Amino acid sequence: MIELGKYAGAVLGAYGVSLALLGGLIWQTLAANARARRELEKQERHG
Amino acid sequence: MSIWEYANPVKFMRTSGAVLPWVVAGAAVCTVTGLVWGFSTPDDYRQGSTVKIVFLHVPAAMMAINIWVMMLVTSLIWLIRRHHVSALAAKAAAPIGAVMTVIGLITGAVWGQPMWGTWWEWDPRLTSFLILLLFYIGYIALWSAVEDPDSAADLTGVLCLVGSVFALLSRYAVFFWNQGLHQGASLSVQSGERMSAVYRYPLYLTMLGFGLLFLSLLLVRTRTEIRRRRLAALQAREMRA
Repeated sequence: MIELGKYAGAVLGAYGVSLALLGGLIWQTLAANARARRELEKQERHG
Repeated sequence: MSIWEYANPVKFMRTSGAVLPWVVAGAAVCTVTGLVWGFSTPDDYRQGSTVKIVFLHVPAAMMAINIWVMMLVTSLIWLIRRHHVSALAAKAAAPIGAVMTVIGLITGAVWGQPMWGTWWEWDPRLTSFLILLLFYIGYIALWSAVEDPDSAADLTGVLCLVGSVFALLSRYAVFFWNQGLHQGASLSVQSGERMSAVYRYPLYLTMLGFGLLFLSLLLVRTRTEIRRRRLAALQAREMRA
């Protein structure tokens, strides 16, 4: 187990917030891409 | 073969689709390995365990500045050569740059509090970095506010040129003004100032990982923008018919 001492809150907070922001960015990127692909395929089939 | 061939959306979609799995795999391996390696490094004798924040703070701050420089290059290509893919790539990069800037600011504040005794200081580098974030937000808002995509690309291209001053300032501010709390280069090659290899190698790996992560997200987001543009063109054609 990694011992973080008296700065555990700062270190874990920095990692937690950063990873949450990166995770949110990746999720939003993939979701928007899937939506755009779906809508384009639907339009191409329709047209 | 010319680089301008990739300005063709069909060619870009085909090539980016082929390289994307490799870039994603490289990003995942380098980022996860770098962060796990960095997190398991020993405490610094002065900074304690807060030194582990460097593996997020430096790569994020580096990418925040480099992404704006990338946007500057692609915006110039749009303004000079009118290649749509370059304008869409700049648009796609902006939210990634904004998130990197936010990570740089938050990790800097969380690191600064125990080391400097303050969350924030109107230091040249910190202030120019905050202004860079405002430019990112303004850039994203301007793309959303202008309906015509070519006009939006023109206006955001000009905004990008202006914002480049702050992107460069956030990198070199400590050299212009010899004041403030933030130190100079984190990866100095000067003897006596050089970071220990224990921290340097995992840091290099996370920097590479963040670079590849940016490239992965950029390719996916640019592909999304191209699909949206094609969808809008098809819908407009249907309306006319």
